[in-house]
Amino acid sequence: MVVKQSSANYNLLTRRSELETRIFPELSDDRGDDQGSPPPRQLQAGVTLAKRYAIQEVIGVGGMGSVYRARDMHFPSVTKLVAVKEMINSAPDPLVRETIVQNFEREANLLATLQHPSIPRISDYFTVESRSYLVLEFIHGKDMEAIINDTGGFLPEDQVLSWAIELCDVLNYLHKHKPDPIIFRDMKPSNVMINHNGDVILVDFGIAKTFQSGIKGTMIGTEGYSPPEQYRGEATPSADIYAMGATIHHALTRRDPRLEPPFSFSERPIRRINSAVSPELETVVNMALEYNPESRFRTAADMKQALMGVARKTGALVRMGNPQTGTIQASGIKPLWSFKCEDEIRGTPALFQGTLYIGSYDNNLYALGAGDGKFQWKYPTDGGIVSRPALFEGNVYIGSEDKRLHVVSARSGKVVWTYFTNGPIRSSPRIAEGHIFVGSDDYHIHAVNINSGRMAWRFETADAVRSTPFVTNDLVYVGCETGDYYAVDFRGELKWRFRAKRAITSSTIGAGQVLYFSSVDGTLYSLDSRNGWVIWRFRLGKASISTPCVVDDFVFVGAADGFIYAVEAKSSKELWRFRTEHQVNGSPVVYKDSLYCGSVDGNLYCLEYRTGRLRWKFGTQGAITGTPLVYDDIVYIGSTDHQVYALLA
Amino acid sequence: MNKLSRWLSQLFGNNQSSSATTQEIANTAPLSEQQIQSIVSNQNPRFDLQQLISACGQSVGKQRDLNEDSLLAITTTMAGNSGNLPFGLYIVADGMGGHQFGEVASNAAIRTVAGYVLRKFHPYLFHVKTDTMEESFQEIMQAAVTDAQRAIQREAPGSGTTLTAALVIGQQITVAHVGDSRAYFIYPDGRIEPITRDHSLVKRLEELGHITPDEAANYPHRNVLYRALGQGEILDPDIFTIGFPQPGYLMICSDGLWGVVAEQDLIRSIVDAPNLQRACQNLVSAANTAGGPDNISVVLAQLIG
Repeated sequence: MVVKQSSANYNLLTRRSELETRIFPELSDDRGDDQGSPPPRQLQAGVTLAKRYAIQEVIGVGGMGSVYRARDMHFPSVTKLVAVKEMINSAPDPLVRETIVQNFEREANLLATLQHPSIPRISDYFTVESRSYLVLEFIHGKDMEAIINDTGGFLPEDQVLSWAIELCDVLNYLHKHKPDPIIFRDMKPSNVMINHNGDVILVDFGIAKTFQSGIKGTMIGTEGYSPPEQYRGEATPSADIYAMGATIHHALTRRDPRLEPPFSFSERPIRRINSAVSPELETVVNMALEYNPESRFRTAADMKQALMGVARKTGALVRMGNPQTGTIQASGIKPLWSFKCEDEIRGTPALFQGTLYIGSYDNNLYALGAGDGKFQWKYPTDGGIVSRPALFEGNVYIGSEDKRLHVVSARSGKVVWTYFTNGPIRSSPRIAEGHIFVGSDDYHIHAVNINSGRMAWRFETADAVRSTPFVTNDLVYVGCETGDYYAVDFRGELKWRFRAKRAITSSTIGAGQVLYFSSVDGTLYSLDSRNGWVIWRFRLGKASISTPCVVDDFVFVGAADGFIYAVEAKSSKELWRFRTEHQVNGSPVVYKDSLYCGSVDGNLYCLEYRTGRLRWKFGTQGAITGTPLVYDDIVYIGSTDHQVYALLA
Repeated sequence: MNKLSRWLSQLFGNNQSSSATTQEIANTAPLSEQQIQSIVSNQNPRFDLQQLISACGQSVGKQRDLNEDSLLAITTTMAGNSGNLPFGLYIVADGMGGHQFGEVASNAAIRTVAGYVLRKFHPYLFHVKTDTMEESFQEIMQAAVTDAQRAIQREAPGSGTTLTAALVIGQQITVAHVGDSRAYFIYPDGRIEPITRDHSLVKRLEELGHITPDEAANYPHRNVLYRALGQGEILDPDIFTIGFPQPGYLMICSDGLWGVVAEQDLIRSIVDAPNLQRACQNLVSAANTAGGPDNISVVLAQLIG
């Protein structure tokens, strides 16, 4: 289908101007004080914005508008929820109004470039006269302030600690953003969502900052949580660290700093209010809350290190073993634990709330304690399992060679439902937008409704699909065994296709607007995700079924010639290669400054990722074809020697 | 109604009428409301509606009789299986003084590179092809440069030229670069970022820490290149792909511009100009005002939407 874009957008704009007059007939006199209560004219449930987002209810009220939960009507067969954030521009001066909208759009564009598990994905924005809307991923969960308020006593230290560590990660990501660091500026419990997995998500993103930047005399940030220098209008990474300290202080003490004089945390020592908190954690929080920026942690990464130290010391990481005994050596590495299945492990583990899930060729899906390797349950399928489980809302999703996709309760291992395809499933399920996307040897990609377990659509491919679908920008990307590669939209319609010379068994990884995958034709491909044009091809020594891994400007991939390659993403120049003793069919992963990758020679290798220098290797008794999982400084890897190992990273 | 259409034409240029024609061919118009909706929903408005525009400027300068620079700027769109894509090819080549026929070398470089690239894209620009090209952008640029190297050695043996070529497809810029012409990203907030690295002696010494940037500015052998098109047996061009700055500008220029006009003045000439064409004129006159010691060539491109 060839349609000029201008025509499509012509329609879009026309439709929006219709919409303006329909929903906001009296906008011209909409000039209320945005700080006043209640905010002017909230949208009512049932109103549809941009003919797409059906408003369900108000889930938050901010200074310049409301946040709504809405249903995305482009997904008629499932309830795909989105958060629609509204900004009502009530500045009377046309120039100021324009600036506010421009700031809003610039910020929206910035958000669109951010990719982090703790940052909500933005999918759309638009302006309707004096109201601008941001459409964001809807987060199933609760904000930290509500959790603090709804908890009877104090929150457990371990829980606050793990949130703090994740907050450090996302702040570190923002502060290291290129070309300019991003300062969040408004860290506080109500801006931190805790999702259904217990992970933190930062919300209310920088919008507050740009909204207010044009307004004189307004303190940027939230009183009580902001450091002294921010009151003078300075915003630095150090200010975010202070606000995070204030957030943790609030969570541990239940004392709302907005109700106290500014900078008075030292007058409310944490342990005097909540004696269950360890002195170690108190020390870290106090350091983040130092009056002088120079006395605080230099970076969020430094603060994370300190928090990890606390976790180790207090035993929060005890389930992950004692780090002192696991001093890294070039040889003689001892696993923290290992667990033996009844047949080979060729797949990749997944971890969820302290439990490790891994499939085996003995047909079972196992649930093991991530800290101790203790058997929790196993779920039998009727075929070998070679893929990686996916976890969503308390369920484990796994494909089996018995042709079925199995959905099992993560807690009990009891089956929830199964879904049949007409061929063995060797592709790992990918969960996105209310669907499970999975390939099958029946020459199809299946989109399965996550609530009903029914097929939404299936897309016919030229051969078996053994790679894992990759989902981004509302498209599903997958390769198949003939080498055909497809970009399919959420209705199951082909957007573009590409063809490699041999099978694409490797899964796709995307970074920015670029897709990376390898092929049995011995090439590592880089494609433009919007149109399928080839940006570069990198020749590998032999075939590859290894899924690439992208970090910074590095692309890593393994190949059957036994090498792990590092290629520069921009120029496709080889940066280094590391020789193992046999094929590298699994995929590399990077954690901190190390790269972990298994080889058919039986070893798990740990390399310095910038140089490819060997740090250590760990030998198993069989080929490793799966991908390691690294979480909280522990590496988990399965081997065809039937065992799954947990090692210190 | 008149007002609305005027407003739309400001937004989209004169594309509306032609867009209707394209639709008819593709979908046997008139489209139903449902079809239109499906088209609209198929496109993420934030990502689409993009228009590539460009302008260029050249001057022989104030102190030379001969123009040894060559310049090429082609801007169009390319229909494809995933909608219309911006297509641009921008090249600046600066024939080397002190060598024979610098202008022949730079001209051969432009002709050969552009000819090679456009031949590759000919089926996509002038026919409806549904499948993507097997060769990658970087391979095409590499082959084009190798071709140009041979052409120069054939047409003007002993001569040499710089070459900075940018192929824009969609939002990706693939750059091939040899010598000391430069490509920059310039952002409306006043940042300027060179995206190429000079293959010059002075830059190398600076990279190695032997001289400071201040010393480099006054270094006597600033025009010595260690890599140039047409010179040497093997040529190793820098080839890389990078996303188009949005918002921002891509600028390619010869040292007749960047060597004489301070970065702050480069930025101001562009950001303060009402349009790209005026920006190019401003840049050229800034270099001439500063003495115009060398030939001046500049291309500016911008991706809007």
